[in-house]
Amino acid sequence: MRRLGLFAALAIALAPAAFAQDADTEKAIEKYRAMLKEDPWSNPGYLDVDRGEALWTTKAGPKNASFEQCDLGKGPGKVEGAFAELPRYFADADRVMDVETRLLWCRETLQGLSTADYVKRPHPAGGQPVKEIGAIAVYVASKSAGQKFAAKLDQPKEKDVVALGETLFYRRQGPFDFACATCHAEQGLRIRLQGLPQLAQKKEAAKVIGEWPAYRVSTTHVMTMQHRLLDCYWQMRLPELQMGSEASVALIAFLTKQADGGEISAPGLKR
Amino acid sequence: MRLILALIISLAASPALAQPNSAAADAAVRAGFPTAPADWAPRLTADETMQQCSASHNSPAKDVAEAIRKREQATIVYPSDNNFMGDWQRGEKLAQSGYGLRFTDYPPRQANGGNCYACHQLTRAEVSYGTLGPSLSEYGKLRDFKPDAVKATYEKIYNSHAAFPCSTMPRFGANKVLTIEQIKDAVALLMSAESPVNTGK
Repeated sequence: MRRLGLFAALAIALAPAAFAQDADTEKAIEKYRAMLKEDPWSNPGYLDVDRGEALWTTKAGPKNASFEQCDLGKGPGKVEGAFAELPRYFADADRVMDVETRLLWCRETLQGLSTADYVKRPHPAGGQPVKEIGAIAVYVASKSAGQKFAAKLDQPKEKDVVALGETLFYRRQGPFDFACATCHAEQGLRIRLQGLPQLAQKKEAAKVIGEWPAYRVSTTHVMTMQHRLLDCYWQMRLPELQMGSEASVALIAFLTKQADGGEISAPGLKR
Repeated sequence: MRLILALIISLAASPALAQPNSAAADAAVRAGFPTAPADWAPRLTADETMQQCSASHNSPAKDVAEAIRKREQATIVYPSDNNFMGDWQRGEKLAQSGYGLRFTDYPPRQANGGNCYACHQLTRAEVSYGTLGPSLSEYGKLRDFKPDAVKATYEKIYNSHAAFPCSTMPRFGANKVLTIEQIKDAVALLMSAESPVNTGK
């Protein structure tokens, strides 16, 4: 209870951090991260892990089915360790899929619910809880926590997708001429006071990619990797990146390949 | 010499360099942003300069760099009265603002910002600055406030590639992010002797 109270106080104190971004804020978050290490279960992201687990077994849609027969790559219903081997090629869909794209596929094929409708508003606004697929994604990811990324990505179609992701990572476009690499190709740089991970380098990618999906203190919700990419492109002055699009999966595949061998610690905790 | 050799080998070994803006990437980008309004179509393609910069990971070969420099220099539109200095106080406001051109910024509620502090140190007073670009502290003072440097500053903000081919800085003038008047204000923030960038405040 005392911990919850402390968390609430911190959450209130840190809510405007996205705009203020001062050194004190960063220090306070560091303190908060240290506290979480002492008791990882106090990460609010676990509320959505629980919600996702419940959604996994809840019947829904015109077909009145749950996700329990969803095949994440290790066979229908096998969740343990599945996230560590994603993205991967799925023969039934004939395409490479990351966890969220695969969950959308299961939602459509098992429950009969439209992906086209879902991707119109797939991500939560600030302060709103992560949406259904995101909650299930963070549940699935948490079931690989402690494991190392081991996506093989060695099939021809998987290699093509990783190569496409790398091309997109370095592709400059839009009115600001930005690429992902503009901010993520050198070490130790920051925007304002926010540190930027050098995702072009495997060692640093391995350190940070495994933290996603993560609970974000500034927006007080779980943010998934698909949402993270959309947010980057928003800052890059590009339109809305469609959840589950080939481009989104390619970037996630490339980043996961960069993070190969890195430990999964989802849900992580971010500014 | 060994460094150059290593650089050549590392460049040759990178698969992204083989097919930087391939048809597959163009198609994936078109399909990946389906809600783009019609007038945003140019944002989904890369012009020749950006293709060359992406392909070389911003390290173009000498002849390519020279071609970029010439091409981008030609885009620069100068103030009709050849006065490059605006108001440094307006420049400081501009440097603080990251507003503009995001899909949540329509219809526009204010003028676009230059967001200089996202990447550069400028005044001493602002401690929340990024490090993606070099520090611009005392920028004018270090250049003795020379008229040639004032003009060069205008050119760098209007189109940084005219000075530094494959610079990572946006082409604020050429891409119509900022107006000529706004660029003059940013020049004043950097080059005016009264600006806190140069007075050390």
